[in-house]
Amino acid sequence: MSGLYDAIGGEPAVNAAVDIFYRHVLSDDRIAHFFDGVDMERQAQKQKAFLTMAFGGPHNYTGLDMRKGHAHLVKQGLNDSHFDAVVEHLSITLTELNVDQKHIDQVMAIAESTREDVLGRSTEPDAETANV
Amino acid sequence: MATVKFEAQEIELTEGESVLECLERSGHPIPNSCRSGVCHSCLMRATAGELPPAAQKGLKDSHRAQGYFLSCCCYPDTDLSAVRVDADSMRIGARVLRKESLNERVLRVVLEANEPLDYFPGQFVNFARADGLVRSFSLASVPALDDGLEFHVALVPGGKMSGWLHHEAVPGDDLELMGPLGNCFYVPGNPEQPLFLLGTGTGLAPLYAIARDALHQGHTGAIHLFHGALVAADRYLVEALSALAQDHANFGYHPCVRDEAGADWVQGEVDAHALELVPNLKGWKVYLCGNPTLVRNVQRKAFLAGASMQDIYADAFLPAGG
Repeated sequence: MSGLYDAIGGEPAVNAAVDIFYRHVLSDDRIAHFFDGVDMERQAQKQKAFLTMAFGGPHNYTGLDMRKGHAHLVKQGLNDSHFDAVVEHLSITLTELNVDQKHIDQVMAIAESTREDVLGRSTEPDAETANV
Repeated sequence: MATVKFEAQEIELTEGESVLECLERSGHPIPNSCRSGVCHSCLMRATAGELPPAAQKGLKDSHRAQGYFLSCCCYPDTDLSAVRVDADSMRIGARVLRKESLNERVLRVVLEANEPLDYFPGQFVNFARADGLVRSFSLASVPALDDGLEFHVALVPGGKMSGWLHHEAVPGDDLELMGPLGNCFYVPGNPEQPLFLLGTGTGLAPLYAIARDALHQGHTGAIHLFHGALVAADRYLVEALSALAQDHANFGYHPCVRDEAGADWVQGEVDAHALELVPNLKGWKVYLCGNPTLVRNVQRKAFLAGASMQDIYADAFLPAGG
């Protein structure tokens, strides 16, 4: 896992990606409204933690965190189309940062692995223990 | 091995131990979550000693300047004194030096502290009155230029502290100050970076301090200060700011009044005007102070206009509860 993180460029790469990624997300009318009224600085910290995880870096995210953190958004109608939009921006961000397609694919796979938890649809009832 | 000084204790670090682990081992639980330098919940402040760069990675430069660090990533080579962030507020005595009306609603209050207050212009302090009433006010003064501590106090309908300061307080009255707090201040080291200052109401206080501090420290990049008001009478320090613009070619003062037309200001919303004048904020440092809704909206607009998240300092003036 850390092989991917180092290959992408570690923390400096995450820092470079946060601004670009978040700017794409907030400029997208399909998903920008989910960020209305949020504290941008705290949100940027969360984006950074998310990107660190997606880049294969050190993190403590669990499936349960993912579900808890997005439950209020699922109530507001968060669905697959929104998840797709965010993943799309992640891919565009990495392309802009000249990351190899091979590594982008690996990041996409990690991001994709969070889909069911983010959208609050656990396929297995005890999935939350899978990360422990 | 190096030691960590914390709450009157000196604890020796063991091989490969972080400050967070060291304090936990000695019975001092510090809030923490990711333990990998991402979530910032283990933030502490160093009062003496040298911080390894890794302990301040990802922090804003204003936080770095104040000695904040992430205890989970801090492996010091030399002795370090650290304090909790939440307990990190000193209380010092002060008294009212003078009061002066800036407009119908805003009072300039100048205090004299019993001991020198070490602050960056634009930070805020909490005023504590003898009966326990506490309210936050931003510092409008610059230590190198002014002798007292200057604050701009708007009269809030039903406001206990502002009502007392406006109507009852007289020179010589005592107060206690807690702080300074906040990271909305000028950081030297990048004199050419353009500065975008935008505020409403008494959000002007920290911006006035930041602009004067930057100019005093020899800032050469453009500094644009946008002050939003509802009616013309809400503006204040118009003469002082106009004079500052006269004296410094790189300083621009832009008063905006929403509900009145006039020759001396732009009519309309302050953020719309500011972003029309500076549509691209890439590379700018942005300071936003005052009305919380406006601050939050402009924070996002400034980011989308190209400003880096690290370069946006927002100080929302939240109303006091009760």
